[in-house]
Amino acid sequence: MTKKVEVKNLAKIFGKRSPRVKELITQGKTKAEILEQTGATVGVNQANFHVNQGEIFVIMGLSGSGKSTLIRMINRLIEPTQGTISIDGQDLMTLNKKELREVRRQKMSMIFQNFALFPNRTILENTAYGLEIKGVEKNVREQKAHEALELVGLHGYDHQFPQQLSGGMQQRVGLARGLANDAEILLMDEAFSALDPLNRKDMQDELLDLQEKMHKTIIFISHDLNEALRIGDRILIMKDGVIVQTGTPEDILTHPADDYVKRFIEDVDRTRVLTVANVMIRPNTINIDKDGPRLALRRMQENEISSVYVVDSARKFVGFADAKDVVGLIRKESRDLRSVVQTSVPTTHPDVPVNDLMDKLSSTPIPYAVLDDDHHLVGIIVRGAVLGAIAGNGVAQE
Amino acid sequence: MTILISKLPLSDWVNSFVTWLTQFTGFFNGITSFIGGIVNGFQWVFDLLPVWLFIVIVLAITWYATRHGKKWGLLLFELAGLLLIWNLDYWRDMTQTLTLVLTSSLIALVIGIPLGILMAKSHTFEAIMKPILDLMQTMPAFVYLIPAVAFFGIGMVPGVISSVIFAMPPTVRMTNLGIRQVPVDLIEAADSYGSTSWQKLIKVQLPLAKSTLMAGVNQSMMLSLSMVVIASMIGALGLGTQVYFAVGRNNAGNGFTAGLAIVILAIILDRITQAFNRAKH
Repeated sequence: MTKKVEVKNLAKIFGKRSPRVKELITQGKTKAEILEQTGATVGVNQANFHVNQGEIFVIMGLSGSGKSTLIRMINRLIEPTQGTISIDGQDLMTLNKKELREVRRQKMSMIFQNFALFPNRTILENTAYGLEIKGVEKNVREQKAHEALELVGLHGYDHQFPQQLSGGMQQRVGLARGLANDAEILLMDEAFSALDPLNRKDMQDELLDLQEKMHKTIIFISHDLNEALRIGDRILIMKDGVIVQTGTPEDILTHPADDYVKRFIEDVDRTRVLTVANVMIRPNTINIDKDGPRLALRRMQENEISSVYVVDSARKFVGFADAKDVVGLIRKESRDLRSVVQTSVPTTHPDVPVNDLMDKLSSTPIPYAVLDDDHHLVGIIVRGAVLGAIAGNGVAQE
Repeated sequence: MTILISKLPLSDWVNSFVTWLTQFTGFFNGITSFIGGIVNGFQWVFDLLPVWLFIVIVLAITWYATRHGKKWGLLLFELAGLLLIWNLDYWRDMTQTLTLVLTSSLIALVIGIPLGILMAKSHTFEAIMKPILDLMQTMPAFVYLIPAVAFFGIGMVPGVISSVIFAMPPTVRMTNLGIRQVPVDLIEAADSYGSTSWQKLIKVQLPLAKSTLMAGVNQSMMLSLSMVVIASMIGALGLGTQVYFAVGRNNAGNGFTAGLAIVILAIILDRITQAFNRAKH
């Protein structure tokens, strides 16, 4: 495999930049020791790794571990204090401003956690931004941008503005902006972290689908182990600016390098890694404050299901209504759905490991309702989806 | 010890500096004829327009600026206010004041926006400019009249110059602020796709700073309007002159009517610039 990106002895020091700090870094002192002795903060400490052509490389760590600094040094948004970064064998550190700009235009596209779409530009103009600054002609770049938007599943939003779209859709635009540019490397900085669990899962699937077709080299930052295991070909784990371990998901799970990694993956097996958030599906709901029995029945018929979940206007979970009862209500010409809502529905939380639910799942006839901390209905769990996920659609993608 | 008992000759230094500057007559004459040209241009157009056409144009501009939410009250106010000014026989004075305000705002904009951009790009330049802007804004405006007369004689031009000095700081400050307020992730996005500084400025920073910047322009315009009476002391014609004369003759009635005309003009200018700013959203 060819090495697309190679990083050697890369370090970033914030604050005082004395030769003494560099010396300490080279001696292998830790972030805490250097802070105590010199007052300088080490963002990234002697990073060494490479990324292969066409792989998804996940850099994982908790906040403050230096992962965001690391990804920003790869395109020199943050200037490294020392070390080298090479892309296709070309050392980025030797480039002048103009050459660096050229590399950013041709080789790398970045996708941001909070989307970073330009609010004054339409979706199409946002997507075409990279091409526009390269000087690509207007109709050519709009054509390409339009194709990129279609590719990520956004139809008919070309002339809307970012604030008119939901978070998930905005990040599709972010992704499309990266793809439209035709760069070989995508730098994705916590790209899906701001999305709700279902949207995040959709986007992860989307990315994996796209990757099968496009074979980009993707460097993906995440703080979520499930996400890392799900999409990563290889994973790098960081702590306090230092790389703790680099390896395939399998390596990380079977041979954790130290206690830190071990704690991260604490007794991971296939079912344990999966949380409820990974296997839940979108529920069909009706709003009890607004909708009546006829609408409830209609929704069930449309989706060919025999029951529907009931929420209130604030999207808080109320219960569950059965088709039989709803039909009875319509016969009686009553409008009061409340009288037939069953409230004794089994519920669970998105962060619960699926393993803990396995036994109970087989004994309840009604799908579990997944409620977040605010009692909002975020998804439901049906048995089939859980089994499918455990069988391999979910965690490790070998 | 002598420094404690004898007065610092600061005013002598300023005087000799001003005297030294006056030797560049050619330079100042150049500026005078340039600004004089702009002033005459505006005045020529305003003199050419009949009153009714002028009013129609103002109403049309307001109509366009408020197209996303009509304000009939404003249109009515403009019509009544302008007719009142005409009726009171202040029409030409009003157009002269408008010329002064438009010229000084235009110059404040052309100089102020680039200065604001430079401030946003460089911390050093910002540190240098901040005290200068404070000085420009807080120094009593009368003080500018003295050197202005020395360099540019009397008339509209020194009036415009002293208005510009007094009115420019908000434009500079708000341009700086507007650009610095652009969220850092948008700047990173622009950089990561390989934008040049110029592309980043034109495509991202200025468009996003626009409403803040326009608020600064609006303030500059209001400040230059507040200079019209002061500027009239060095021969800048207009409503200010009428107020100044009324003060000299102790004529409260004339002072009030000319003052009212300034207020009407101020409200019209303020509402139109604000409406243009809002219309962009």
